[in-house]
Amino acid sequence: MAKVKGEIVVNTERCKGCELCVPICKEKTIEMSGGLNSKGYHYATSINEDCNGCTNCALVCPDGAITVYRVKLD
Amino acid sequence: MSQLLTREEICVPENEVYHRTCLLTDAALSYCPGCGHGTAHRLIMEVIEEMNLQADTIGVAPVGCSVLAYDFMDIDMQQAAHGRAPAVATGIKRLYPDKFVFTYQGDGDLAAIGTGETLHACNRGENITIFFVNNGIYGMTGGQMAPTTLPGMKTATSPFGRDVTTMGYPLKITELLAMLPGTYYVTRQSVHTPANVRKAKKAIEKAVQYQKLKKGLCFVEIVSNCNSGWKMTPLESNKWMEENMFPVYPLGDIKVPKP
Repeated sequence: MAKVKGEIVVNTERCKGCELCVPICKEKTIEMSGGLNSKGYHYATSINEDCNGCTNCALVCPDGAITVYRVKLD
Repeated sequence: MSQLLTREEICVPENEVYHRTCLLTDAALSYCPGCGHGTAHRLIMEVIEEMNLQADTIGVAPVGCSVLAYDFMDIDMQQAAHGRAPAVATGIKRLYPDKFVFTYQGDGDLAAIGTGETLHACNRGENITIFFVNNGIYGMTGGQMAPTTLPGMKTATSPFGRDVTTMGYPLKITELLAMLPGTYYVTRQSVHTPANVRKAKKAIEKAVQYQKLKKGLCFVEIVSNCNSGWKMTPLESNKWMEENMFPVYPLGDIKVPKP
């Protein structure tokens, strides 16, 4: 069992769908959504609960669209 | 117990480990998807926020893709004429020696039209910090050849590739400036992977600290992609950058202060 659990929140309006975060995520948590934002971009979205809150996706996101949360599990 | 945590329970402010710095405005960045400019903006603003310098910073925006940097950076900014940012920053720094003064320039601005200003500001050893984003192309005007374009690289004005016999060689301005006695800290970084982002942030922190200590001119080059200009997807352009840009523009510190 993982000792930490993370979660990402993507600002879907800010995301431009560059997909840089997708291969960066070692847990394969991020994929591009089928939906579009108001600018017409497919935005990044979290597809499972494997995120460990490593913040790598947020570090490479050029638009700063990702906020990362992390909790330590007891 | 712990596995019952829901998304709503995790996403609360006390668990937040990374968020967009408040020194970037809410305006949508005008850069293409995947462009390294956004990351470079964010890193500089994060460092300024962490060092609590937002009230004591004056930035100078260039002409080029980042011409609207003053719309995105929530600090005092001045727009300079094309290539003249180091000259404007010189004046600002001499008037306000206690402020942190930086310029943010692209390769068309710094290495082409502004070569003279850059070279002489560096040679005078002005106590400013220059952030130089190098993507080897004129991004804003539609992908024309820049002095930093690689040999053989196809651009709008070198459609058969840059021929070094008629168009010259890529200008390694960072190495050039490192030779000048006026520069104190010269480094080349990139922002395409998390590890490189962390390293680049450390370099920016050093550059800010050295200016506070009045050590002299600090020059941080950030090798970036230009996926629109290179006509690639963001992921392809990052791979191309690793394979082609980095051999010509190797990452790392070029001039470090002597202990």
